[in-house]
Amino acid sequence: MLEIRNLHVSIGDKPILAGINLTVRAGEVHAIMGPNGSGKSTLAQVLAGREGYTVTADSVRYLEQDLLAMAAEQRARAGVFLAFQYPLEIPGVANVQLLRTALNSVRLQRGEPELDAMDFLDTVKSKLALLGMDESFLYRAVNEGFSGGEKKRNEILQMAVLEPRLAILDETDSGLDIDALKTVASGVNALKSPQRAIILVTHYQRLLNYIVPDHVHVLAGGRIVRSGDASLALELENRGYGWVIPEAQEEARP
Amino acid sequence: MSNTEVRHAELHEPGLGNPELRKRIDDEYRWGFVTEIEQEIVPKGLNEDVIRLISAKKAEPAFMLDWRLQAYRHWLTLREPTWASVHHAPIDYQAIHYYAAPKTRTQPKDLSEVDPELLRTYEKLGIPLQEREALAGVAVDAVFDSVSVATTFKDKLESLGIIFCSFSEAVQKHPELVRQYLGSVVPYTDNYFATLNSAVFTDGSFVYVPKGVRCPMELSTYFRINAKNSGQFERTLIIADEGATVSYLEGCTAPMRDENQLHAAVVELVALKDARIKYSTVQNWYPGDREGRGGIYNFVTKRGDCRGDRSHISWTQVETGSAITWKYPSCILRGDDSVGEFYSIALTNHRQQADTGTKMIHIGRNSRSTIVSKGISAGFGSNAYRGLVKVLPTAANARNHTQCDSLLMSDHCAAHTFPYIEVKNASATVEHEATTSKIGDDQLFYLRSRGLSAEDAVNLIVNGFCKEVFKELPMEFAVEAQKLLAVSLEGAVG
Repeated sequence: MLEIRNLHVSIGDKPILAGINLTVRAGEVHAIMGPNGSGKSTLAQVLAGREGYTVTADSVRYLEQDLLAMAAEQRARAGVFLAFQYPLEIPGVANVQLLRTALNSVRLQRGEPELDAMDFLDTVKSKLALLGMDESFLYRAVNEGFSGGEKKRNEILQMAVLEPRLAILDETDSGLDIDALKTVASGVNALKSPQRAIILVTHYQRLLNYIVPDHVHVLAGGRIVRSGDASLALELENRGYGWVIPEAQEEARP
Repeated sequence: MSNTEVRHAELHEPGLGNPELRKRIDDEYRWGFVTEIEQEIVPKGLNEDVIRLISAKKAEPAFMLDWRLQAYRHWLTLREPTWASVHHAPIDYQAIHYYAAPKTRTQPKDLSEVDPELLRTYEKLGIPLQEREALAGVAVDAVFDSVSVATTFKDKLESLGIIFCSFSEAVQKHPELVRQYLGSVVPYTDNYFATLNSAVFTDGSFVYVPKGVRCPMELSTYFRINAKNSGQFERTLIIADEGATVSYLEGCTAPMRDENQLHAAVVELVALKDARIKYSTVQNWYPGDREGRGGIYNFVTKRGDCRGDRSHISWTQVETGSAITWKYPSCILRGDDSVGEFYSIALTNHRQQADTGTKMIHIGRNSRSTIVSKGISAGFGSNAYRGLVKVLPTAANARNHTQCDSLLMSDHCAAHTFPYIEVKNASATVEHEATTSKIGDDQLFYLRSRGLSAEDAVNLIVNGFCKEVFKELPMEFAVEAQKLLAVSLEGAVG
């Protein structure tokens, strides 16, 4: 589904990612882990089409398309979804309005008819139920005055409504208490399917207790320095990042 | 237009990185056509003879001519104000035609007698002049340059005792009402532009709603400036007698021309005891091109007088057009428990300048006012909110809440806020809130990553920003206003 070959990303002359190779197949869950500043969030944002970076690669293929040639909205319409680490507030715009506009632009791309208000409400209510969320969520302005946990759940709601092929979750677990974490995780698990791939970007292992990954990658210094299965995450939890990236540990020493 | 691309090539605006956006930024003014029609025009220039001529053309009674001449003589003693946060070359008041009228043989009796060319103009503007279209519930009084062309729905309104006609007709048929109320809210001595208007105004709308009558439909006027070098000086007077209710819509467009055109209108509202007036404007005068050539100078005096107890006046305006807007729709809250409201969206793009706001003058006890101002600046636009809240010693327990928000969309635009507050009664409560924000790349990326195009993302953000004002507009006007904002902002992200 996604095949990244030798991806380099920099801001100005500062390199952030230095040769990423990653293959994600439909139905898989990948976890990208790594210490702060390793480039995890940059990878997530670049895949979703954030501008302002200098991006080069041998190739980044998504569903047989050249992903880097697509604008952010084209990627979204083609089924790429990024759950933001820091979701933005859009004052005065009701959640339901954004959800409907977004869903209809994605449906249009898929050659499906736009949903009218009633059909849309039915769809969105079923997703709310799935995530155990209150209907009042729909009529609040997008993320305005939301708690940290509410914002993250709102991202998952958007994901559930848009039904992406490739979902990238950027530190969705950060700032969540254990109950909110469980809710978010069950929401994500409900979306797992053989047609869909999920990339979890996370600093900690604890989310992976609830969403079990097929592959775990450690990102450090702009490269994937180690890959393994779910047990790698547990090992990282016990031993820290130092043993996989000794040079990083050296730098961290005073 | 074919020269659009050339202009883009010449212009390097650092804030506009995205070439796709830049392609669309200079969307042509869609209402910029000129109607080829025979005009009757008075030679350029202003003097007492021109004023006598205007008055004679309209067969006005002596009191009107006297009033005009008094205004003119007073105007000669005034100097053009310079305090507004706008800049323009000096206006040559002798280079303006003060009267331009479509040549028709006699006053049209109904639509079939109106020049079809004129009707086509209104069709292009999308005004439901034909009664079948007007079944939507809007009665239209269309002002084409200086003369009111046709008034629809008159009969139905007449049966309720509502007078809705051109100002000229009101002068002929209801001189006593005109005499009683004209200048009673905005006196001819009020300010430079209002005084000029008092001397030379050629037409406008007149509304009288009798005691206890609730006007069953929205009343609407479309103003349009067509003649070259003509000023448009219209005057509108709306009177809601005791317990009456009326909602009035005003929309404005003008053709594209390289010269600047002056528009100095006056609107007076009078609300007697328990009366309610809602006045909504969507102003889309030609704003000039992206380098600031041409466009309307919109110097307008609008004021409402809450003369009776429990009277209520509400102004809602969406200002997207004009090269320069200078306008402060105000309320004099004379009656006890009277209410004044001002909801405004002002958008400046390219080189547009707006200095707009309101005045709330609290005189009556328990009088209340609300001000919600939303300023949007894009391109090199400059947007100023200027507001006065004045509580006089008599206004015990007066209350005001002001909310004043600015949205910036480029690195070159400007937003200013000039709130003036004068409180002379200690029991008053006056609140002022202000915010300034910039549409950020982060916000845009967030929405685009949900599948929205950059244009749709901007529209969604702007609509959210303006929501509190949109909800004050009558339904069909709100839809038009949203479209207008979208068109005015196409590609204006920087």
